[in-house]
Amino acid sequence: MHRQFDDKEFRRVARRQILKLTPLVALGAFAVPPAQDYLLDRGVAFTDWAASKLFRTGHLAPTYPDSALTPLNRFAYNSYDTNKPEIDPDWALEVSGLVRKPGNYSLDDIRRLPRISQNTRHVCIEGWDLVANFAGARLSDFLSLIGADTSARFVYVECADDYYESLDMEAAMHPQSLLCYEMYGKPLEAGHGAPLRWALPTKIGYKSAKYLTSLKVTNVLTQRSYWGDQGYSTYADI
Amino acid sequence: MIADGQDRAKGTPESAPSGAQSETRDTEASSAGDVLSSELAVRPPAPAGQATSGDDLAPVADGLMLGTATPEVEAPAPTVHESETAGAKGQGTFVAAYEHSAVVRFCHWLNAIALVIMITSGWRIFIAFPSFGPRIPEHQLLKIPDAITLGGWLGGALQWHYTFMWVFTATGLVYVGYLIASGDYRIMLFRPRDIPGVWPMARHYLFFGPEPKQTEAYNPLQKLAYTTIVLCGALSVLTGAVILRPVQFSGLAWVMGGFHLARVWHFVAMCGFVAFIPGHLVMVALHGWNNFMSMVRGWKKNPEYL
Repeated sequence: MHRQFDDKEFRRVARRQILKLTPLVALGAFAVPPAQDYLLDRGVAFTDWAASKLFRTGHLAPTYPDSALTPLNRFAYNSYDTNKPEIDPDWALEVSGLVRKPGNYSLDDIRRLPRISQNTRHVCIEGWDLVANFAGARLSDFLSLIGADTSARFVYVECADDYYESLDMEAAMHPQSLLCYEMYGKPLEAGHGAPLRWALPTKIGYKSAKYLTSLKVTNVLTQRSYWGDQGYSTYADI
Repeated sequence: MIADGQDRAKGTPESAPSGAQSETRDTEASSAGDVLSSELAVRPPAPAGQATSGDDLAPVADGLMLGTATPEVEAPAPTVHESETAGAKGQGTFVAAYEHSAVVRFCHWLNAIALVIMITSGWRIFIAFPSFGPRIPEHQLLKIPDAITLGGWLGGALQWHYTFMWVFTATGLVYVGYLIASGDYRIMLFRPRDIPGVWPMARHYLFFGPEPKQTEAYNPLQKLAYTTIVLCGALSVLTGAVILRPVQFSGLAWVMGGFHLARVWHFVAMCGFVAFIPGHLVMVALHGWNNFMSMVRGWKKNPEYL
């Protein structure tokens, strides 16, 4: 489409057309530090919300044959764990919150639950990944053992290395979410979170907290996630 | 405006030089008949001119758009004001073409901003693991200087990436959807018949070969670039979805050859953008301010193809 203009008319039409682009100026808010923090926080929250709509409890993470396993000695782990924490020889998992049977649960209590072994992909937020073997009890089985109120929103754990993590109940009930006490058929090594860790194939690597000491079922979180509270996604679905 | 139409209707070798300065060429070229026929050549005749102009022009367009009403028909109603301004300032008239609708321009600029943010924050994310394949043994394939990245650290870069991936995807979808709905995709979609024209155009730009005759709004090389870059956008979004959610999109991950290869394809899409942007900017610079401004105000003065 084209037409004749004189200069005045052209300037008038051009001005009107340029004004239509003015909403773009709103992006300038991203250059203002307090607004930037808020907007990026909203962006992450929206991404997490969209992921939660996508999550299906029945959708299983892919599993792999033993031939696809990354050797245990090439299982990288986060620099946070270079100082391996002291573990109490009388270790037990301290359970509290919205549960009918709070108290201390020993490793044997957990081992008595059905043992699940699975080769799943562990994906790090940094971009690397590996296929590893994890074995342990289903978190959902443990939640029924302790009489957890599964209508609560979160399962929250604290760790011997001052790490902490939370998991939305939907992911906690996922059949592949494990309370893991073995990797590659052997009890957990110190570097991998002995004596008990989470292995969560539907979540990014940092959600799989190690060195668990306490577990709480709750609707309210005072802290959400060690890395999540520093700016990473707390929901961290993959 | 209407007075101008009369001038042209008279056939204006005399009147044009007096009125037009820089726009002389177009004023001369544009007898009403010429403009009318080239209008028809550029676009099929619309049942109603207003339908193609959309809402952008509605208030000003009535009776002014060539092809919907002839100047002669409107002649009885010239206003004193209009003929005075045209005459008193000694300004001539010129032809301008409406090249980019507001939707396209808005999406273009918003997408461009989002793209720069996605690339620079993506580089920062890549720094966290600058390799493909296993984490151990460690390889650093590429060192990207921190200074050209966005976000400061991995978590910060991810926040930018998570936020602007929606902007990038949404503007891309609206843009492509608009092109399809309006039929405008036809002028920029690269098709097999464009293949023979690619090399002559590249030879012209890169090796100063003869300039091929421009027969369409976009030359074959432009069509190739614009079509490829839209495909790069689609590739980056789909591979990004797999990298972000390899479990939820496990089927798509399998199609791409797994998580590792999805990262590789995502990187390839980024390389496509990084190759496109300087070329695009150089071409825009070479074609001047008026051409650039058509992506801002929609209208291009004295388009070369009219």
